Amino acid sequence: MLTMNEPMGRAALAKKVLPYALLSPAVLVTLAIVFFPMIQAAWMSLHDYILWKPKDFTFVGLKNFATALGDEVFWISLKHTVIWIALTIPAQLLLGLATALLLNQEFPWRPLARALVIIPWALPSVVIALMWVWIYDANYGILNEFMLRLGLIKASVPWLADPDTALYAIILTLTWQGFPFFAVMILAGLQSIPKSYYEAASLDGASTLRQFWHITLPGISGVLITAVLLRTIWVANSIDVIFVMTGGGPGYATYTLPLYAFIKARTNLDFGYGSSLAVLFTLMLLGLVVVYLRRAGRGID
Amino acid sequence: MVGRKSLLKRLLTVDLPMLAILTFTLGPYLWMLLTSLTAEERLFTEGPSLVGATIENYVRLFATVGFLTNLIHSFIIAAGTVVVGLTLSVTAAYSFSRFSFRGKRYLLLQFLIINMFPVVLLILPLFVMMRVLGILDTHLALIIANATVAIPFSVWMMTSYMNGIPRSLDEAAMTDGCSRLGALWRVVLPLCTPGIIATGIYIFITAWNEYLYALTLGGRNVRPITVAIQTLIGEYEVEWGLLTSGGIIGALPATILFLIVQKRLISGLTQGAVKG
Repeated sequence: MLTMNEPMGRAALAKKVLPYALLSPAVLVTLAIVFFPMIQAAWMSLHDYILWKPKDFTFVGLKNFATALGDEVFWISLKHTVIWIALTIPAQLLLGLATALLLNQEFPWRPLARALVIIPWALPSVVIALMWVWIYDANYGILNEFMLRLGLIKASVPWLADPDTALYAIILTLTWQGFPFFAVMILAGLQSIPKSYYEAASLDGASTLRQFWHITLPGISGVLITAVLLRTIWVANSIDVIFVMTGGGPGYATYTLPLYAFIKARTNLDFGYGSSLAVLFTLMLLGLVVVYLRRAGRGID
Repeated sequence: MVGRKSLLKRLLTVDLPMLAILTFTLGPYLWMLLTSLTAEERLFTEGPSLVGATIENYVRLFATVGFLTNLIHSFIIAAGTVVVGLTLSVTAAYSFSRFSFRGKRYLLLQFLIINMFPVVLLILPLFVMMRVLGILDTHLALIIANATVAIPFSVWMMTSYMNGIPRSLDEAAMTDGCSRLGALWRVVLPLCTPGIIATGIYIFITAWNEYLYALTLGGRNVRPITVAIQTLIGEYEVEWGLLTSGGIIGALPATILFLIVQKRLISGLTQGAVKG
């Protein structure tokens, strides 16, 4: 009996193990280079750890987190992060929606327009930062010249050097960079709405606006929610454009939370405090991530 | 009459607004291009213009600043990331697409969650880890760092491409005497070559464009194009002709590759989102 069952058992076992065996390279590597480092970051956040004092790695419990809550710059950065998301995401969404609705119309050069509109998305963030710094240049920037000629401003504005305008200037840059993503996602959603819905609606005499409200919006609501979640997480995390454009300045005018964590670690080499800021920020984002994962999880199987 | 009226309506409601959006989209890029073609000494007197266009800035970029080395570094890192990202995820994607097993959902979601974590959270421990391993400022360090993004992305994309290939093909291959891996290698992989290429190109673009890891984990010996451009901004503060030509060159490979694969890539990227 045993001898007869054994080959069967082995085959069944092999069948059971095979999916995991196939997964193991990717899973093991991501464990090593993503999840292990993250645990390490959480561990570092509980220590006094300044990189140029390598012997000094003292466990301090939640001290770094307590320091953060009493740190004025932490609250400034948090405020900027909120403004940053609250303005960038709606701006990207509206511009992306308008673009998608236009691209969904029939016109001869539509394929060309669709290809060109995505270009900002493909550019390196450093290049994006570079060209917008040039556009915002106080002396020779085209934005100043443009607005002076139109009479919108009376004198040149140093957009990135003025604490009142710097954050908004960067928000405009980020909007420019990110709206094509919305356009592409929404366009895909629009194209999945059956044409017959609109034909039926116009036969019933529904106006364009009513059609948009009752057919288009419900049809793309799923895509909209997914895109907003993804983009919010992404925009909140993104620090490269700010870092190159202003480095957080002038003063703390363009500090966001992840940027503060990065600068703390990079310039002060304070990895303990930097990690605790990063961990705090991650915890704040976690709610959004969970909502997104729930939605994505539904699509599996 | 009716035709003319509707054409006018279309021009006003579709073509014109689209043109406005495209001006906003391409304007900054074209302005950068125009600046890079203007001689430095004319830039501040007459402003950027096509009159007397010159490639002098580009010549200087390669002759004195040594941009070629940076391009090579970027290429090594991006190509290395593509190889690592694709090879590690092929079998994983096959497993996700063909089997159902316990914990599949969580394993798939863990790949999705990786890209949601802030880069800062990863960059600090990776720096410490690589310092201990003694691989800071090497190509390997940056390939590993970029792989943190590339592997999960590639697992997701390839799973979606493989889902599009009928299972009956694997089964036919297996009745003909192929093993499971044989079916993957001989049947499934050749069929998803276009998808693999698109995924590979996307990984290449992201790795090419990556900046924060490159700055933190590399930067001295290994200095990819993005870091080089940022350094240029510091060193040649007002020489916008030179700076913008650096920007154009740095963006060129990614832009061209993106325009080539955008159609396939976007269908892959949006598929999940539309269903979800």
